[in-house]
Amino acid sequence: MHITQGQFSFLPPLTDEEIRAQVDYAISNGWAVSVEWTDDPHPRNVYWNMWEQPMFEIKDGAAVIYDLDACRKACPNAYIKVNAFNSTRGVESMVMSFIVNRPAMEPGFRLIRQEGEGRTVRYTTLAYSTETPPGSV
Amino acid sequence: MTSIDLQQILADANITEVLEKLDQDLVGLAPVKQRIREIAAFLVVSRARLQLGIESAQPNLHMCFTGNPGTGKTTVALRMAEMLHRLGYVRKGHVVSVTRDDLVGQYIGHTAPKTKDVLKKAMGGVLFIDEAYYLYRPENERDYGQEAIEILLQVMENNRDDLVVILAGYKDRMDTFFQSNPGMSSRIAHHIDFPDYSQHELLEIAQKMVATMHYQFDEKALAAISEYIEQRKTQPHFANARSIRNALDRIRLRHANRIFEIASGAKTNATIEDLSTITEADIRASRVFTESLENKSASSQ
Repeated sequence: MHITQGQFSFLPPLTDEEIRAQVDYAISNGWAVSVEWTDDPHPRNVYWNMWEQPMFEIKDGAAVIYDLDACRKACPNAYIKVNAFNSTRGVESMVMSFIVNRPAMEPGFRLIRQEGEGRTVRYTTLAYSTETPPGSV
Repeated sequence: MTSIDLQQILADANITEVLEKLDQDLVGLAPVKQRIREIAAFLVVSRARLQLGIESAQPNLHMCFTGNPGTGKTTVALRMAEMLHRLGYVRKGHVVSVTRDDLVGQYIGHTAPKTKDVLKKAMGGVLFIDEAYYLYRPENERDYGQEAIEILLQVMENNRDDLVVILAGYKDRMDTFFQSNPGMSSRIAHHIDFPDYSQHELLEIAQKMVATMHYQFDEKALAAISEYIEQRKTQPHFANARSIRNALDRIRLRHANRIFEIASGAKTNATIEDLSTITEADIRASRVFTESLENKSASSQ
């Protein structure tokens, strides 16, 4: 199941060249770019693991590709995304975020139906990829 | 037959302009200018070869500038970055200037992120490492400098088209540095040695600096500054053009003070000429002259 989160997720995977172009755009706006990865692609999972520190003073997208390559090497079967943070007072939030790496096989989500009192059913979605301990994929 | 318009590449990159500017702005340094000319020619030719498909690999552009302090290494590095940018060998053309402190951490696990951080900032431009030989401290085998060197080497090899590294430092100490780090030496294609300036060249530099600050020497002052340079050269901690710049800053202070005193005493207005002319007295008041006199009188006693 192809996860669609963030920008460009309905497009074919971006090439490194395209990623760099996007990052260059973020840098030209003065945004801080960071690389994050996770096993758990649940849409409510907002706390992905940081790969190195966010890059505040870079001049060229190559720096992000450098980090991204290292991250891909270390966790090839994880979801990796690139974020851009706008620190302007009053904005102070992520303004760009797109997935740049996915596991070879994306197992998707299991739907858990919890049967409550009477005929009540509570639903939970759980990513199959979280069934193994974190980082073991 | 396929051919390529070299003139067009030169014109597009405006390389001749950069080289001419280098020639005009920098006094002396003939061997350095010659090497830069050669490098520029090489880059233009390999650009042409690249366009014709004869060559595909990015040439090795890492450089090492050796020479005494104040011989123009940083200035030339800035020009080099501009040239590489115009020829399209670096994408942004900025220069990140660092020393050992910016690369090497203070405790275990601090060095790698610090070095990588600097490298990432320099990507797309030129990383200028001043006094690079400090990175390697043979007397301390647990020194973290070695770690920084290893990361540097890796990036220099793998990310050749992302950044150009320029190492700078004294000739003899850089030589020992390369002897103990053969990997570094083999990854650097261009070794450029910066000669010391001659008396005549230093005087020319002084005149250029004064002109850019919109001052001028009167005739006697010119003789005095020439004498000053002669004396200063023999004294310790002489740093070529940098010493001249510092001397001129002090001379400007004395000049300002003199004008101030004249104005407050005589209540006359200072003319433009007064404000911009440096006289002999401003220069002669320097410690360089008084000290050398003391030395002479001390030795005669």
